[in-house]
Amino acid sequence: MSLDVAFWILAALCVGTALAVIFAKDIFHAALFLIVCFFGVAGIYVTLNADFLAAVQVLVYIGAVSVLLIFGIMLTRDPSKGSPAGKLRLPAIVVALALMGVMIGSMITFDWQTTADTSKMVSTEEIAGLLFDENGYVMTFEIAGLMLLAAIVGAIVLVRKE
Amino acid sequence: MAPINFWVLDNFWAHLALFGIAIIAFVLLMVMVFIWFERRAFGPFQLRRGPNRASPWGALQPVADAIKVLLKEDIVPAVADKWVHFIAPIIGFLPVLLIFAVVPFHRGHGLLPDMNIGILYVVAISALGVVGVFMAGWASGNKYSLLGGMRVIAQMVSYEVPLVLSIISVVLVAGTLSMNGIVAAQEVPYFLLMPLGFIIFLIAAMAEINRGPFDLLEADSEIVAGFHIEYSGMKFAMFYLAEYGHALAMSAIAATLFFGGWKGPGDVYLGILWFLLKIFFIFFLLIWARVTFPRLRVDHLMGFGWKFLFPLALANVFIMAAEVIFWGGADGGVPWWVIFVNFPAAIALIYLWSRLFKFGGGRVDVTA
Repeated sequence: MSLDVAFWILAALCVGTALAVIFAKDIFHAALFLIVCFFGVAGIYVTLNADFLAAVQVLVYIGAVSVLLIFGIMLTRDPSKGSPAGKLRLPAIVVALALMGVMIGSMITFDWQTTADTSKMVSTEEIAGLLFDENGYVMTFEIAGLMLLAAIVGAIVLVRKE
Repeated sequence: MAPINFWVLDNFWAHLALFGIAIIAFVLLMVMVFIWFERRAFGPFQLRRGPNRASPWGALQPVADAIKVLLKEDIVPAVADKWVHFIAPIIGFLPVLLIFAVVPFHRGHGLLPDMNIGILYVVAISALGVVGVFMAGWASGNKYSLLGGMRVIAQMVSYEVPLVLSIISVVLVAGTLSMNGIVAAQEVPYFLLMPLGFIIFLIAAMAEINRGPFDLLEADSEIVAGFHIEYSGMKFAMFYLAEYGHALAMSAIAATLFFGGWKGPGDVYLGILWFLLKIFFIFFLLIWARVTFPRLRVDHLMGFGWKFLFPLALANVFIMAAEVIFWGGADGGVPWWVIFVNFPAAIALIYLWSRLFKFGGGRVDVTA
């Protein structure tokens, strides 16, 4: 019951701030609303007993992604004017709406599997087991790590002055 | 002797209210004590007496400072982004209070000391502090505060890497992320088991809270205060509070992770006293470093973080992981005699790496 209340408050927060991200005139305000939105998503993870995921959501999306985003905004010229709509406004709206339709349609029509098990309170060990056990996704994890390393090296090569 | 069992601690709302109020009071009071302690400690280091006029030993000096700063006019620049300018100090101070939610104060009592992801929560919440700095730097509508803010972020993001790596070595040995679990796992304080990890944590923490030799971003005597240049009165006081609050939080985390938190010899009721004593000891180390070492230059700062601390932190994680695998017991952890391996290893690694490590020969190529 109280979890339902928490969920609806968080869901309203997420949707509201997500809309604010789109409609905010000032691009810096949009980035701040995005941070609140990420925080709401982390809250929803908490209501689902996914405590580890919630902490990682805050760490990665607020601590890293948003910071990078705001850094980008700060380094652009004259950002206080925001991002005024260009010629591609109408096509962009069409594409975005079409994508939203596809996603909502597939979510509604897909036959989601449900289970009667309640979610575990302690999720850290389960996630560690899934990632690093012999039958887990060790290979996928290592490949993802290698790809990120390659991306970092690539970024350094790109910005490096000879 | 059995530990005290207050009936209120069993009621959820009473527990929340009690520890919520206690944490706010603790942070505000300790910040005042820290400011006084730092200024008193500075005195002998600089061959002077320190504040000694307001009441015995100058104990009321922080109160006088607080009254003075609160009575000042609150100035908001005309070009400022009013709302963001207003919220920024609050966002900057919030993580400090939130961190204390998982700190075990006395015999495992606290707001949520058993939280399963304790130390990960601390790391995640600390990342929020960056947002407050960003908002302050941006909303002031001043290019100096913007540049100051960006420098703070660059420094905090860089030094978060060695900080988190040294925390990982603690988690490896303790086998848990919970703050209470880490305290319970420490039969020998971890600063003895992994001296290298503790040194890296302490240095990275100094940089993370913009103190000590790493305060070039707000160097009082050289540039004008960095990101909070356009703040005055109460809002400036909030940033000041957040700065010392961060120092307090880092001292509390270091005391919990490396010094065994509330553990200590003596009566069971002494837990909180041991904890406070350890916090003050670590804060004294921070003051000592601040007053002793000269301020770093910005390229040295980045070079030191990425070329010196980062490889050493990685080496520390590998050493601790190997020791847990080969010498660890069935329940993880390492035997106490690894002290005799880790101390020489730490000294050898620091010495060797300081030989190998060079700043780019006076060439400044880091533009952070």
